[in-house]
Amino acid sequence: MELNTFQQTAFDHQRPTIEKFGKRAWFWTFFFLLWIAVGGYALYLQIAKGHGVTGMRDNVVWGLFIVNFIFFIGISYAGAIISGLLLLFKVSWGKPIIRLAQMMTIISVIVGPIFILLCVGRFDRLHYLFIYPRIQSPMTWDVLAILTYFVGSVLFLYMALIKDFAVYRDAKLNIPKWKQKLYSALSLGYRGAASQKRHLIRSQNLLAIILIPLSIMVSSILSWIFGMTLRPGWHSTIFGPYFVLAALYSGCGVLIVAMWVYRKMYKLENYFTDRHFTYLGYTMMILAAGYGYFTFSEYFTSWFSSEVWDNEVINKLFNPAEYGWWTLFANVVGIIIPMLIVAIPKTRTPNVISLVAFCMVIALWVKRYLIIVPTLESPLVPMQDTRQEYVKYSATWPEWALTFAGIATFLLFFTLMSKFVTVVPVSGLEDTKTHHEHAKDHVKKEDIQPA
Amino acid sequence: MKQEEIKDKGRRDFIKTAAIATIATTACGSLACSCSSKHEHHKAAEKVKLLSPDGEIVEIDSSYLDHANHMSIISKKQAREGIPGRKFVMVIDLARCKNARKCVTACQKMHHLPVEKEWLSVKLMKDSDKGSPYWFPKTCFHCDDPPCVKVCPVDATFKRQDGLVLIDNERCIGCKFCMAACPYSTRVFNWDEPNQGISDANYTAESSVPSKIGTVEKCDFCPDMIRQGLLPDCVTACPNGVFYFGDENEDTVTNGDETVSLSQLLKDRGGYRFMEELGTKPRLYYLPPKDRMFPVERGYESLPEELKERYKDVIEMEK
Repeated sequence: MELNTFQQTAFDHQRPTIEKFGKRAWFWTFFFLLWIAVGGYALYLQIAKGHGVTGMRDNVVWGLFIVNFIFFIGISYAGAIISGLLLLFKVSWGKPIIRLAQMMTIISVIVGPIFILLCVGRFDRLHYLFIYPRIQSPMTWDVLAILTYFVGSVLFLYMALIKDFAVYRDAKLNIPKWKQKLYSALSLGYRGAASQKRHLIRSQNLLAIILIPLSIMVSSILSWIFGMTLRPGWHSTIFGPYFVLAALYSGCGVLIVAMWVYRKMYKLENYFTDRHFTYLGYTMMILAAGYGYFTFSEYFTSWFSSEVWDNEVINKLFNPAEYGWWTLFANVVGIIIPMLIVAIPKTRTPNVISLVAFCMVIALWVKRYLIIVPTLESPLVPMQDTRQEYVKYSATWPEWALTFAGIATFLLFFTLMSKFVTVVPVSGLEDTKTHHEHAKDHVKKEDIQPA
Repeated sequence: MKQEEIKDKGRRDFIKTAAIATIATTACGSLACSCSSKHEHHKAAEKVKLLSPDGEIVEIDSSYLDHANHMSIISKKQAREGIPGRKFVMVIDLARCKNARKCVTACQKMHHLPVEKEWLSVKLMKDSDKGSPYWFPKTCFHCDDPPCVKVCPVDATFKRQDGLVLIDNERCIGCKFCMAACPYSTRVFNWDEPNQGISDANYTAESSVPSKIGTVEKCDFCPDMIRQGLLPDCVTACPNGVFYFGDENEDTVTNGDETVSLSQLLKDRGGYRFMEELGTKPRLYYLPPKDRMFPVERGYESLPEELKERYKDVIEMEK
């Protein structure tokens, strides 16, 4: 693989990150593994003693796990949609961040479903989902959708990586033999020939065209797990688009934070430029407005018509003695502040945008909690139960431990992946400069030739 | 022709059912006793008249009566299909309920449930500010359009041809989606090891026993009792005849004391289904609490303190 000077600089700059694991990476790896081990112990307790070790009970049947599930899966969809759009519309400034968005997609679509599995009472019967599937169930739709999506996004990332694998293969990196062989195998003999280029571009475009609507569908199906039930606060027609938008929004925030972290860690200021933060900041602002609009519609219609059941949930959400402060946090930090910060030129800096995005991501997690728990605490038939843990959900330490283990897994994957591939796609940068016209010529010429 | 045959057979079965139920209950002396005595071996050598499979009436010692489970010999497939030609239905007469809780304890005994787990619970309802509160026993509604069955990803919960919605706890993966989907909070989960000490060798979806950790369970209308021609335990346990159980095809329901026409009962007493607007089409009808047999306080004052706690909000609203 031949690289132009710009690409060569980008590669040389990132070369050490994939050549050496480094002390810092070891430290973080062990740190995350430690968290995962604590989560592993919690999981052992949950399997050995039953779901009684969690805070979930007969009324609030789902808790932190399903909140995390929606949260991570949402991030994943955002990654696919953002990288898909950047690729498809050949957004030149987007080239350096596509890899990051794709990594986010894969990693969170691995971590997310772990949490839905944690909600399942019988691990030993998971295969029943495939042996005795019932196509009527939104859960089955979800299994199918997520699996399809997982395969699609793995292919999407891999397609984008092939060219880089060829670069790593040819660069004579100072790395163990097995790793060299692995790069060589993964590059599938890519040499940069015209036909190879053409196939790759077409496949990637095709996958992007498939993945974008697929993410929207999968995200809607996820929301239908709730929307299809007869529960106040869930049984809502806007849940599909609402979840799509919330997913995109939170994913945009995670992307900004990831960009900031890698920029600091690997000194990638030349690639993750201030312009990237500004542009993604604008995206975040637009999404915040859309998401805010949906949130407002949802609350306002419920509150205005004030049907008894809807009212019960709304009252819980806005009562300071119940979830009032959390609702305030979720909406101020999750909607208003991101919009203001990006709107004011003075605060539109990478550091501030990243900080605000980080807080927004947490606020969106809280929002998911506010979707799940208050509704389950408001059944149609009065609970009339005196057991406090049955009336009000409060997460137990195993649930928190597993939540943090999930976050640690997410970050561990990022750490390991950034040691295996360069965070900024090296060969991808080529396309922004000189490649386009050439590629077009090649395609046209070969198209004319008889098969 | 076939339909009629089935119907006719059904009618004969039902008469048989009623006969056995009546014999059994008379022999035991009281309705409440007949169910609670089932698992305990009495010292008293009470004689019970029963109908043998050959159609003869035999007299046996009541201590030989055993739990229904061990007698169920139906296959797992039969347990999924249901009893042909039947359409089970329940009517709860709210005017008669005084929260004696006999139904709750009988159900718990029958299904080996701990005291805190109630498949059948009694709520204290108050429909409007000026409305007077009333006791509201709640079983599974065995909906004809059950939201729980719709969402089950593995066919662990299913609707049978005789109208019952059951759970196969050997199939259930414990995702709890059905619990989220049921608008009536009917279903309960085995959060911990149930430790009932019963072998599951004879388990079918009809017996519902033993419970299994990590699975969902709920009121099943006691189909194993019905198979033997007996009434569900809550029906026989109630001292006030609140529960009527029967067959919609027969248009007959009985509370053990009296057997009446279902349609007539619903017509005369203004029967309704709970939250009809949800469109789930419950197989359980309620008769409104009009001309009540007991003042609502009767069901509250005698309760132990921890149970009183449950209803405090409603009672206080009343004062």
